[in-house]
Amino acid sequence: MRFISLANRNIKEVYRDHVSMGLGLGLPIVLLVLFASIGKNAPIKIFTANALTPAVIVFSFGFLTLYSAMLLARDRESAFLTRLLTTPLKPSDFILSYILPLLPIALLQIIVCFVVGSLYGVTINLSIIFALIILFTLAFACIGIGMIIGSLFSESQNGGIGSMVIVIISLFSGAWMDLKMVGGIFGAVGYALPFAYALDATRGILNGSGWGDIIIDFYWVLGYALIFFIGGILCFRWRTKR
Amino acid sequence: MNYLANENNYSIQTFGLTKKYKDRKAVNGINLAIKRGEVFSLLGPNGAGKTTTIQMLCCLLKPTAGTATIMGYDIKKNPSAVKEVIDISPQETAIASHLTAWENLMLMGGINGLKKEETKKRAKELIELMGLAERANEQVQNFSGGMQRRLSIAMALISDPPVLFLDEPTLGLDPQARRAIWKQIERFKGKKTIILTTHYLEEADALADRVAIISEGNIIAMGTPKELKNDIYGVQTMIIKAQKLSSTIMEGLGKMYLNVKEIDNGIEIKARELNFDDIVDYLRSKGAKIEGISMKEPSLDDVFFSLTENEVNK
Repeated sequence: MRFISLANRNIKEVYRDHVSMGLGLGLPIVLLVLFASIGKNAPIKIFTANALTPAVIVFSFGFLTLYSAMLLARDRESAFLTRLLTTPLKPSDFILSYILPLLPIALLQIIVCFVVGSLYGVTINLSIIFALIILFTLAFACIGIGMIIGSLFSESQNGGIGSMVIVIISLFSGAWMDLKMVGGIFGAVGYALPFAYALDATRGILNGSGWGDIIIDFYWVLGYALIFFIGGILCFRWRTKR
Repeated sequence: MNYLANENNYSIQTFGLTKKYKDRKAVNGINLAIKRGEVFSLLGPNGAGKTTTIQMLCCLLKPTAGTATIMGYDIKKNPSAVKEVIDISPQETAIASHLTAWENLMLMGGINGLKKEETKKRAKELIELMGLAERANEQVQNFSGGMQRRLSIAMALISDPPVLFLDEPTLGLDPQARRAIWKQIERFKGKKTIILTTHYLEEADALADRVAIISEGNIIAMGTPKELKNDIYGVQTMIIKAQKLSSTIMEGLGKMYLNVKEIDNGIEIKARELNFDDIVDYLRSKGAKIEGISMKEPSLDDVFFSLTENEVNK
């Protein structure tokens, strides 16, 4: 259980970076309140609470990528990881301790957005558990992307690349526009990535769809989560094994 | 804990340890036998193979050929056991910047499998020993370079490893901070096997029981600092301040000693054996007015630069 010590440290390292934490939790709330207020005055489908809340959650997961990448790259560059690699920690200890601390943040982002969203009329019932399953699966995918970036790029490069991932999630998830309506290459790229599937599925659940209706979307997200996750582990091992 | 996989007198033994990158041999079949409790220093110019050697011994790099044992455990066959008996303070200050000094030590104790109470006890001792008590509960990102280094060494000591690797522990520190770290290293002499790499030759001279000089991946000299200075290098330097030095005098001295150089208001003579009386008599007989004579003992710097001259000049 040596990984618990490192996971505890990683929790503190991320949570004490107040600026990044403020952005990851505060910005989604601001966006949610802002767009929901617009939606109240101008009835645009995408700005209704049931459409907007999942969009903001998916958008906020971009910060999980950023946190994961920054944490890993910082440890790599400061030689802290070198020190850790000379300790009896096993490869699985490293993977667990870099992933687990980010999951409570994902949960916090989901809860905060649903609570704020409920003030604007998000339908909350038992089927929200399905939404949690699909959103958590996407959170894993985003942490996996962060591990890939953190293993391959430097801390200074990570700021830019992490921000790019946030923009990609914003554009290609369909958070702020209907991808099916936009269509073309933009739509095709969007539906070749997992974010739009996670968003469509969560919106569907909030609007009364059942698990059977979103199972295909879930498989897309799960498939990508596995790819990014395994990719993250492979990149980490490549970087640390010489 | 019984660290011993064998009962011989050596903590570290290397057997033809080699690391090759494409056609370049970074470490070329080195053989070392480092005794228990010894402070052993690896010296060499940048890129000589010091850090690569340490990285192989710490199981961070796989040797291309050869192997090594640490406390009897083979670094290739049993890296997990090796990691239980070593710790390292890497060249860069490897600390968790958002944690306090206390939390950093507790973290390393936990990772090394120590019980919480035991870690607390050791952390308290190390905080005192390294002079960090006053700021133990402050995030270490606000610490000075010297304090961060002291903490980095303390983090390597928390598991009380029998073998400790200190890679450039005082690099970039001011003389005062450097001396403070020397003092701590001296405390562990005879108790732990310490492998020290350093760019500061006076550091190796002051701390190391034995020194190995690495050049282009090969060990080109090894011994105690005294042996290296006297037996291997063994050149004495005489500096004579004098007036009325003529070219005839310089020629005459040149016939007596091969390395004679004219310096400001004087002469510098280097040789394995210098005959003080002969030189003074000769100078006086030729009418030179001697104002002062000083002898310079060889330093580890002299040995190092003499042995690594070729590589440095490349």
